[in-house]
Amino acid sequence: MKFAQIMASGGEWLRGEGPHHQIVVSSRVRLARNLRHRAFPGWAKKAERVQTLEQIKPRVEELPEMQDSFSEFLQDLSALERQVLVERHLISREHAAKGIGSAVVMNRKQTLSIMINEEDHLRMQSIRSGLQLKSAFKLVDKIDSTLEGKLDIAYDQHLGYLTACPTNVGTGMRASAMLHLPGLVLSDLINQVIQAVNKIGLAVRGLYGEGTEAMGNFFQISNQTTLGEKEDEIIARLTKVIETIIEKEHDARQMLIQKKPDTLWDQIGRAYGVLTYAHAMTSKEALNLLSIMKLSVDLGAFDEDRRLPIDELFIETQPAHLQKTSQQKLNAEERDNLRAEIIRDRLKLFPKPDMDKVAREPSGDSASSPNNNE
Amino acid sequence: MLCDVCKCNDATVFLTQIVEGKMQKVNLCDACSKEKGVQDPTGFALADLLLGIGAAEEIEKGSPTQKCPVCGFTQADFKKTGRLGCSECYITFSEGLTTLLKAMHKGTEHIGKLPQRAFRQMELNDKMRALTNNLEKAVAEENYEDAATLRDQIKQLEHEMAS
Repeated sequence: MKFAQIMASGGEWLRGEGPHHQIVVSSRVRLARNLRHRAFPGWAKKAERVQTLEQIKPRVEELPEMQDSFSEFLQDLSALERQVLVERHLISREHAAKGIGSAVVMNRKQTLSIMINEEDHLRMQSIRSGLQLKSAFKLVDKIDSTLEGKLDIAYDQHLGYLTACPTNVGTGMRASAMLHLPGLVLSDLINQVIQAVNKIGLAVRGLYGEGTEAMGNFFQISNQTTLGEKEDEIIARLTKVIETIIEKEHDARQMLIQKKPDTLWDQIGRAYGVLTYAHAMTSKEALNLLSIMKLSVDLGAFDEDRRLPIDELFIETQPAHLQKTSQQKLNAEERDNLRAEIIRDRLKLFPKPDMDKVAREPSGDSASSPNNNE
Repeated sequence: MLCDVCKCNDATVFLTQIVEGKMQKVNLCDACSKEKGVQDPTGFALADLLLGIGAAEEIEKGSPTQKCPVCGFTQADFKKTGRLGCSECYITFSEGLTTLLKAMHKGTEHIGKLPQRAFRQMELNDKMRALTNNLEKAVAEENYEDAATLRDQIKQLEHEMAS
C-alpha cells in the first residue's frame, strides 16, 4: 500500500459513525511492549535498534490484520509525510522525529497502527470512531496476543509488562478519547471539569497529546496509571467518566440555548461569516471556528449532511495535509491563504445557519444521536 | 524554600493535588512553573511533574554505583532521561523503583493481562505445588506406592517446565 492511498482515504474513524460521535471524536487504546533483555530504543545503540527492528517488523507485517498494510521505515518517509501521519494521530510526534531503526506499520482502514522503536520496542494502537474504548481494546489485545507467541516479550510476575518509562509499567495500556466540548468551554465550565477529572487520577490533554495545548475545544482524556488495575477496569472507569462529561456537555449546550442565546448565535454567526469570507487563516483560528461550525451542526443550525464536509476540513486544513495536497512546500503565509481558500470553497454552497431550527428543537441533537438506546 | 525543579530559585508556586486519597506536593519557582505548564490548567497533571522530579531522587535510594548488568544503564542516566535502559533495569534498580511506582500508580502489583507463556508457567507452578504437597503427604502416611507415582509425575513436569 502506498502513501498516496493513505492520503486519499480518510480512515474509518474520521467518518465519525461511532456511538456518541457528536461529542466523542475518537477512542484510542495503545499497548506498550518490549523485548526481553534488549535495551529500550532510547538507550540502545543504532546497531541494536536496527537488529530489534528487523526482528519485530516481519512479525508485525505477517499479522492477518495487516494484510495489504502500509509499512515503512521512518527514514524512508519525508518530513511532510510523517507530519501527515501525526495530524491523523497514526504516529506520535516523538515517533515522527525518529530516523534509522524505527518503522511504522498500519492497516488500510487506518484503525490499527504499530510503531516500532518509539519509546518502547512496540507501541500498538487502535483507533475507533466515537466512544468505543472496549472494542478498540479488543482489537489491539488480539494483536498483542498473537505477537507474544512469536516474540519474547518482557514481562515480570509482579510488575507486569515492562516499559521504558515507569509510568507505563503493568498493563502498558493507555486508553484515551478525544472529546469535543465547545459547550463547556463557552459556558466557562471546562476548568471545573478538568480539575474534577484530574482528581480521580485521569489526565486531560490537548489535541496532540502530552504537552500540547487545547485547540478547537478538543480535549483528550486518558488513564494516568497502569499498575494495580486491570485493563477492563481502567476502560470501564474511563468510559463512565466520559459518559458523565458527555452529559455535562449536553447540559451546557442546553443552558447556552436557553440562557445565553445571543452569545451562542454571535459565535455561530461569526464562525460562519469569517470562514465563508476570510482570505487568510491560521490553523489555530481555523480549528476554533470549525469547532463552532461542528457545534452548529450538532444543534441543528445546519442540516446533518453538512457534518462530513466540516469534519473533513479539520484534518485537511492542518499544515502538513495542506502541503501534501498542494504538492509543494508552502511558507506560513501561503498556507494561511490556501487554507482560507479551501474552506471558502467548501462552504460556498452552505446555506446560512438557521437559528430558528435550534430554538424550536432544543433537544434535537441528543434525540437523534444513535446512543440513546444504549 | 527552593524550587523542586531547578533547585536555585525561591519557590513561589506551591501545588498540592490529592489523587484518590494520596497527597502529592510540589514547590516551584515562577520560571519552572511556566515551563512545566502549571499555569495552564488544561495541560497539567501533577503526576507528569512528579515523574520528572521525584523519579531521580527515589531511585537514588539504591547504591549510586549500581549498573544494570544487561545494558550498562546507571542511576545517573535515569536522572537525565526519566526512562530506564532495558527490562532487566526493573530488577537492578528495584529498591528505589518500588517507592517510585507506589507514588505513581494505583498499586504495586500487576493484576491485568498475562502473556500466554506466563500463564502457562503459572499453571505449571500450581500443578507442581499440588504434586509436591501430595508427595509429602504420601511419604508421611508411608504410602510409598503413591509416592513413587507422584515422584514420576513431578519428574515429568520438571521436564515440561524446562522445555
